[in-house]
Amino acid sequence: MSEAVSNLLKGIDYSKEFELLVEAYEKSGGTPEVLKSDKYASLAIHGNHVLGKNEVRGLRVETVETENGVRVKVQVEPGVRIQNPVHLCFGLVPEEGLQEIISDFDIGEEAEVKFIAHCSFPNALRIKHVMDSTIRLRRGAKMTYSETHFHGDEGGIEVLPTTRATLEEGAVFENEFKLVKGAVGRLKIDFKAKVGEKAVCEIYAKVYGKGDDDIVVSESLHLLGARSKGLAKSRIAVTDRARSEVIGEIVGDAAYSRGHVDCVEVIRGREAQVSAVPRLLVRDDTAKLTHEAAIGSVDKKQVETLMARGLTEDEAVDVIVSGMLR
Amino acid sequence: MEDTGPGQGGAERLHCVVRFSEKNEPGYDYGQSDLQNLNNGTMRLQIEKLNVFVNGYHILKDVDLVVYKGEIHSILGANGTGKSSLAYTIMGLESYEVRSGRILFEGEDITRLPVWERARRGITLAWQEPARFEGLTVRQYLLLSRRASKKGPPPEEALLRVGLEPSRYLDRALDESLSGGERKRIELASVLAMMPKLVILDEPDSGIDALSINFITDSIRLFAKLGASVLLITHHEEVAAMADRSSTMCGGTVLKTGSPDEVARFYRLHCRECEHVNEPEEEVARNV
Ligand SMILES: Nc1ncnc2c1ncn2[C@@H]1O[C@H](COP(=O)(O)OP(=O)(O)OP(=O)(O)O)[C@@H](O)[C@H]1O
Ligand SMILES: [Mg+2]
Repeated sequence: MSEAVSNLLKGIDYSKEFELLVEAYEKSGGTPEVLKSDKYASLAIHGNHVLGKNEVRGLRVETVETENGVRVKVQVEPGVRIQNPVHLCFGLVPEEGLQEIISDFDIGEEAEVKFIAHCSFPNALRIKHVMDSTIRLRRGAKMTYSETHFHGDEGGIEVLPTTRATLEEGAVFENEFKLVKGAVGRLKIDFKAKVGEKAVCEIYAKVYGKGDDDIVVSESLHLLGARSKGLAKSRIAVTDRARSEVIGEIVGDAAYSRGHVDCVEVIRGREAQVSAVPRLLVRDDTAKLTHEAAIGSVDKKQVETLMARGLTEDEAVDVIVSGMLR
Repeated sequence: MEDTGPGQGGAERLHCVVRFSEKNEPGYDYGQSDLQNLNNGTMRLQIEKLNVFVNGYHILKDVDLVVYKGEIHSILGANGTGKSSLAYTIMGLESYEVRSGRILFEGEDITRLPVWERARRGITLAWQEPARFEGLTVRQYLLLSRRASKKGPPPEEALLRVGLEPSRYLDRALDESLSGGERKRIELASVLAMMPKLVILDEPDSGIDALSINFITDSIRLFAKLGASVLLITHHEEVAAMADRSSTMCGGTVLKTGSPDEVARFYRLHCRECEHVNEPEEEVARNV
């Protein structure tokens, strides 16, 4: 651990580090039992400390602690279907610090696995969280990665998740990023995938920005293989002075490739701001890409429907937004 | 200027109200005599000389209508004659600007009240094409609907009453995955769950399969039995016939009110031939 981080962790009882992380994990919606159970593969990392790790048959997790974080390598053997979800718990309990997780996922041919990740920074005042993931899904592999963040209420955090995914023939990848409770801080998602023949890549982002939160979601799906499919779906709500920008790009380069960008950004209040930049590029006359974006106020008919059942306008908007972000 | 037929040249448009002298024919029984018995003729909804504009278009013209306590009042009318607009205006939707006239609910002038305040006084609307919601379940929607009054049945029972099996529907999202008919039946179930005093049903029977239409008509009867008033917009004369009284609309106004039989006959005789349906006059509505 770097001296800087060590200093920041001063005052924390290290024997309790795991308990503190688990407490934070719970705040972000995780269930602590799964981190202690043998039935679930799991990995718990606080700052640059690997505090817990459990492997199951067919799934290997290697870790190397670095100055500011951890290097992680996850491998799933070909043909293996991991029964239970793999739980990942990352975070930093102190108010300040840097956590850098560099990860590499290699999912073997025809293997199947689901990851549930929670990233918790409950006291964040000056934190930077970098996630650099390289993901490779071999032929016919299936992977679901669902990540939920919790950053406390102050918004003193910068989160930079970068993903580079490669999907080989027939692979299916579903990626979800969710940050709907507490503050966001500054979030910049950078996701790029290369989608091979008959492979399917679906990415979902759900974020609720408040205060001075700043959200940038930049997604790019490159449909390289014949009959590949891509979906980039974002649901963002912002209030106060928060801002969000969604850049959804799909490139249809292969025969019969299909892609769709679906973006809804809701704005509440006069000082918030949303923007959407869909970019579709087609280079094959049998490919087809579509996009729909609805940005601004909540759908009026939805609001009026709920008001006709007796909800005030604010209550109606709350119900609609929380449904959208569920 | 192009000749647009009768009514051209004046600020006032000559429409059916004038052409069909039968409207308000002296001595015509509005069907009110039958209602002397209906809750002693207590008026629940009174609409007086209502003129409504949408986007600058004059959509409702001098509409007069009374709905009594416990009455089922059906509204017949060709496409585009203003039935839904009337429903939305009673509910108070934002785009429907009342420029003159008023709406009374249980004697209180509600013309300027926001939608939710009307709802809390006991008015609700089942939409012709109900909205879809992402991430909201059928159960949640029904519970929200029930919250205001707490008088209606719980979600399970509301669904059974519209012929939907609760175990199959309660946890489904109220989104695009529901079929049109399913969504409409859930809309009616949500009105049951609310059990308001005035139920406005905008074509609750459209898109409903023939075998299930009984669930709709039974629900309507239940409202009336429990003392609610129902304003029932429908294109089906058989459904309109279950009403205590009926009105027909044309060109944005209520042309005739009477017994369902009477009104259906009038509608068949005149409205189906009416040129306003077949050749709506362009300048008709434009009157900013
Ligand atoms: N926003 C609008 N701008 C312009 N015209 C409108 C608008 N909304 C409604 N209208 C017009 O007002 C008239 C009445 O519409 P409305 O939806 O009330 O008819 P309806 O009787 O319910 O018809 P349907 O049987 O097809 O449901 C129509 O001619 C319609 O085109
Ligand atoms: Mg209509």
